[in-house]
Amino acid sequence: MHIHEYQAKQLFAEHGIPIPEGGVASTIDEALQIARDIGGGAWVVKAQIHAGGRRAGHFEDAPQGEGGVRIARSITDVEKAAKQMLGNALITTQTRPSGSAVERVYVERACDVQSELYLGMLVDRRSSRVTLVASAAGGVNIESIAEKHPESIIKYAIDPLEGLGEEAARSMASKLAVEKEQASVTTRVIQTMYEMFVELDASLIEINPLAITTAGEVIALDATLTFDDNALFRHQDILALRDQAELHLGELEAVQHGINYVKLDGNIGCLASGAGTALATVDAIHLLGGEPANFLDVPPVAQVGRVKEALRLLLSDPGVASILVNVFGGGIMRCDTIADAIIMANRETPLKVPLVARLAGTNATFAIRRLKDAGPDIIFATDLADAADKAVKAAKQTKAIQRRSWWQRVRGVSG
Amino acid sequence: MAVLVDANTKVICQGITGQQGTFYTEQALASGTQMVGGVRPGKGGSRHLGLPVFDAVQEAVDATGADASVIFVPPAHAAHAIHEAIEAGVPLIVCVTERIPVLDIVGVKRALASTNTRLLGPNCPGIITPNECRIGIMPQEIFRRGRIGIVSRTGTLTYEAVEQTTRANLGQSTCIGIGADPIQGMTFCDCMALFMDDDETEGVILIGEIGGEAEEEAADYLQANPSDKPVVAYVAGRFAPPGRRMGHAGAIIQHGTGGAEAKIEALRAAGVHIAESPVTIGTTMAQILVRG
Repeated sequence: MHIHEYQAKQLFAEHGIPIPEGGVASTIDEALQIARDIGGGAWVVKAQIHAGGRRAGHFEDAPQGEGGVRIARSITDVEKAAKQMLGNALITTQTRPSGSAVERVYVERACDVQSELYLGMLVDRRSSRVTLVASAAGGVNIESIAEKHPESIIKYAIDPLEGLGEEAARSMASKLAVEKEQASVTTRVIQTMYEMFVELDASLIEINPLAITTAGEVIALDATLTFDDNALFRHQDILALRDQAELHLGELEAVQHGINYVKLDGNIGCLASGAGTALATVDAIHLLGGEPANFLDVPPVAQVGRVKEALRLLLSDPGVASILVNVFGGGIMRCDTIADAIIMANRETPLKVPLVARLAGTNATFAIRRLKDAGPDIIFATDLADAADKAVKAAKQTKAIQRRSWWQRVRGVSG
Repeated sequence: MAVLVDANTKVICQGITGQQGTFYTEQALASGTQMVGGVRPGKGGSRHLGLPVFDAVQEAVDATGADASVIFVPPAHAAHAIHEAIEAGVPLIVCVTERIPVLDIVGVKRALASTNTRLLGPNCPGIITPNECRIGIMPQEIFRRGRIGIVSRTGTLTYEAVEQTTRANLGQSTCIGIGADPIQGMTFCDCMALFMDDDETEGVILIGEIGGEAEEEAADYLQANPSDKPVVAYVAGRFAPPGRRMGHAGAIIQHGTGGAEAKIEALRAAGVHIAESPVTIGTTMAQILVRG
């Protein structure tokens, strides 16, 4: 689960990681008030969305304009920045093409930066440990620096039994070429990152940059914090930070129903159980020249109602020309659950496009009989190869029929 | 022969009285697996499905001589259950539970480091040596005893490989689901090593997917430990939508691994035969074995 920068900074402040004075605003007036309260002559105004690349991004209404992170040297500048950001969609390399709507801006004191460090922490698969990734060359180009000068990147896998002691953290800080005066603060920041990681079940903590100012301060200018979805059950306070508005409409519904759904550009709606099978279904369709409309994985524990909701999600997509249901029953997932969901969905809204069903494994025979008895017009497939083939052909046919009926309508009007 | 489990494997179930524990213990018993007991704190001394129930894993092991444990304990308590089995010295632990917090598994991995215990999972479908031992949730009816070892990182796609090898009249020696979580117990490499040493296994099928670097590690392993046995791999997700980014840190630490193409290339360079489509896994292996 992602949270916004302003929320992450709040958590940083609570745990003792130094951040510049700042506040979050959802109106222009609030933004101005925060800037006045902070005082001084320079502020940074930052769009709050769940995506990186904000500085280099642009707003929907100004493709050539400035991005979502701006320095303001007067109150008028703050006003200008807030005005353009609030209610506008920010497009970055990490958002979807239409961008993310900015509902809040963060206004903070601008700092005179002397140098920038990079600090990141995540669970590294290879070592199976929480690992600190750090570099003395922080800032926007960290990834290209890591690629060109991998030796400049420091990695340290933390032993979960020992934790991150002061000595280890201090040695890391000294490798980051921090002056003696700043070393103790940097050491403390690194240790605090690990304490937060463990305490909050984080999956990523990133500070880019941790700045050293001309005045000698060590301060986190940005904050990225994401959490392990599987551990949210023990962090109700973190769960409360979730921003519902950040999820795509279909994706939000999917989250509510516990379904893993990603919208794609094609016209074959896919429903599978199990992430691997869902990926394989998309692969199989592609290899036959078809275009999947989505990736959809219903978890094996799903009940009939949830599977029906997943189907409804596919059927409500006007671009879908055929549907492929590929379920290999096993474990808790039984094929009759899928059959019942198809029957229920069809009863609520009769199928308008061909549905190809490949049901195998637990209770498959029973499920197919049930579907045949209940009557919805379904194309059955014997295996995945057969199913993908039939779904691709059915989509082409639907398209051809749609084109023909469009042509008839056009002729009807003109003649 | 087969690997890890056979007719002599004695299995206990942690969480035996729960809905899933009950269902899969019944299934295992029905397929002739030696289920010898179960664990459920607070219900020690009772019986369930005709099997003795114990309060603690150590008691169960002492009383039954179990050498494997399957875990159906809810996510919040699953890591604790694994730790208990490790401390009791159970040689093989199969953790089916999914959605366990990753930091809990970081702790489990650390505890495993100084022991001889092997862990499958978490979030894995289990392991089957057809006609001998069935641990976990895989559907029995698609299996047929034979000559292919299967190791898979994705749950349901494992069944696809099993069904295809059954249809191709190859059958399976042992099928191992290692689980799909970022941190897991046994890896592709561990399982590959076992299959390469197993007389009954004539070829190995590896089912991978995008994300992580388990497939790249398997490729490195095969480069370093070449074998005469053919390996066929399918990597799911060549046409998948781009996944979630784990910040700069994720990109730095992965340095170019993780994508389907990179995995396929690494495996190919290690002499692995790639099944281009998920529908040709079985036929690809059959063709290689016929060609000799």
